[in-house]
Amino acid sequence: MSTPTIRVSGLSKRFRIGELVRYKSLRESIQNAVKAPFRRGRRPKETIWALRDVSFEVAPGEVVGVIGRNGAGKSTLLKVLSRITEPTEGRVELRGRVGSLLEVGTGFHLELTGRENIYLNGAILGMKRAEIDRKFDEIVAFAEIERFLDTPVKHYSTGMYLRLAFAVAAHLEPEILLVDEVLAVGDSEFQKKCLGKMGDVARAGRTVLFVSHNLAAVQQLCRTGIVLEQGRVACAADVALAVRHYTQQVRRIAATSVAERTDRAGSQWLRVTQVALCHADGREIRQALSGEDVVLRFYYASERDVPDASVNFAFNVRNLHGLLLTNLNSRDSGNLRMTVHRRGYFQCTWPRFNLRSGTYACAIYCEVNGEVVDWVQSAFELQVEDGDFFGTGRLIHREQGDMLIPHTWSSHGDPA
Amino acid sequence: MAESLPSVAEITVIEPQGRLAGPRLREVWAYRELLYFLVWRDVKVRYKQTVLGAAWAILQPLATAAVFTIFFGRLAGIPSDGLPYPLFAYAGLLVWTFFAQGLAQSSASVVGSANLITKVYFPRLVIPFSAVLSGLLDLAIATPLLVVMMAYYRVWPGAAIVAAPFVLALALLAVTGVGLWLSALNVEYRDVRFVVPFLVQLWLFVTPVIYPASVVTPRLERLGLPGWVLGLNPMAGVVEGFRWATLGTGAAPVSLLSASAVVALVLCVTGALYFRSVERSFADVV
Repeated sequence: MSTPTIRVSGLSKRFRIGELVRYKSLRESIQNAVKAPFRRGRRPKETIWALRDVSFEVAPGEVVGVIGRNGAGKSTLLKVLSRITEPTEGRVELRGRVGSLLEVGTGFHLELTGRENIYLNGAILGMKRAEIDRKFDEIVAFAEIERFLDTPVKHYSTGMYLRLAFAVAAHLEPEILLVDEVLAVGDSEFQKKCLGKMGDVARAGRTVLFVSHNLAAVQQLCRTGIVLEQGRVACAADVALAVRHYTQQVRRIAATSVAERTDRAGSQWLRVTQVALCHADGREIRQALSGEDVVLRFYYASERDVPDASVNFAFNVRNLHGLLLTNLNSRDSGNLRMTVHRRGYFQCTWPRFNLRSGTYACAIYCEVNGEVVDWVQSAFELQVEDGDFFGTGRLIHREQGDMLIPHTWSSHGDPA
Repeated sequence: MAESLPSVAEITVIEPQGRLAGPRLREVWAYRELLYFLVWRDVKVRYKQTVLGAAWAILQPLATAAVFTIFFGRLAGIPSDGLPYPLFAYAGLLVWTFFAQGLAQSSASVVGSANLITKVYFPRLVIPFSAVLSGLLDLAIATPLLVVMMAYYRVWPGAAIVAAPFVLALALLAVTGVGLWLSALNVEYRDVRFVVPFLVQLWLFVTPVIYPASVVTPRLERLGLPGWVLGLNPMAGVVEGFRWATLGTGAAPVSLLSASAVVALVLCVTGALYFRSVERSFADVV
């Protein structure tokens, strides 16, 4: 086997909590410096290890998928590899030019035209001017924006903007390509195009590190998979094995009761302690039946009474491939005004439950008066059985997709 | 595809770095095309959607010079080294405006480029550099008016005109030095945003823009201080030097210029070192 293109050894990255969210003012720094000697019993700033002792190697031409839950360290890993942030410990060796696609359209300027942005963006991504000249036509053709080349990109549609952005990045032709979730945006046509282009890149013998929630895309594209779990490598193996490891991990975690979970974010003066799936009459059930009215109760314990608060309570639903299906929250539904009790539950009513049979993993998020108080990834699982969703008296056949949409059909003759 | 992978690829090693990292100017040089494109972007975008467009570059020093002429030249009767006061003021304001704009642009540059910094790697020094360099365009736009005014007042430059580029280089050095400090400080301390307009205002008054250095030096000497002390403000050397080079005012202010050059250089070097020592955390803090 040849020398690895990427060699990561003992890589760790530590963040101070709070460092991610806010900056200091001079006054605070001075105050802190003055107060420091007199302060007693206060905890030192909390730190978290976003990456802990991560080691792996990637051979030339290999396409590796990096998977893991939110906060497992995937994005941090890419940021360290693309030199955006420095590691705290450890060492990385990269052989060849590195191109990173952490977000398409980085550095696009809305006032500039498509043509101008191709040059600007290319330069930002590390291309030489001559190189951009050479690939210019190819980029324009890929993005399908010939007619709008001299229009400022602020007049572009979202689709055009994304295509152009991806086109520039895709033509970078680095030896190592780092990709983060680009496929989460755009329509399916665009996603297919991106996947195709990345396949080309891989076939041209370049090394690709691909971070995604989209397990289907990872399986389609990658041969090897690395599963990150709380900043550590939990599994590095053949992609099918890695994906299986990941789905099991998600299910295992979701099976632990919410009360026992410690990997949660937020200020924690309110914690969700239990999630109950109920029938419309309040009777607790183990499985939801599609088509029935379902009630979800999120029991919590709070250290404060907050009457008439603004509570944005949310949970999202992912299938076991990690695909985000939907997010239900009290902001969108227009129920922000709620009272927080010491003990109580927030209740979400989901009439005519419209997921198809299967298992779904859900995250919980709770924000009170703008403060995030509790946030748990893969907090619980929803078990669903197919029911009589359309009221036809027959069970629906599970065939494609996860969602059921109420709809009807009719037939019309053409008057002409 | 005709391209083939290089057989001996460049190796990048990523490791935590020591506290004192050099400014890695070679790397900045390697990214000179990005520098060029960022300057070009700033230039392109600067006057978009403005009615007067690039005329702003002339209007700012011109209007200020007019106000100064009325209040300081006429009403207060401040001397101007024997030159017509409007010309005296405009020449000073030309370089001063370059400095003041450069400070404003560069100090906000790193925070303003947060979306780049958190998404791609490149030597961060490129950002304040480009902010400063794009100001050269305004300077170039406003300079012809100086020539016109000189012709109008029949003031001809002498041999000292050859020194003008060096004086401008000194201005560039000074604004880069201060800009590096402020842009890096601004990432951690957003107070900088409030300090800069205030700083620029105060700085204008301690710089011989409104008055000539010849008003101040005798007083300094009476205090037992040499005249070059004024040059510890690098802009004093720049403004005086620029008038000497273009308008031919008296003898060469050699000691003043030297003092300013040393200070500007020190600011630049320490600024670059400070910038480098905090840039590692930019992406985490911005």
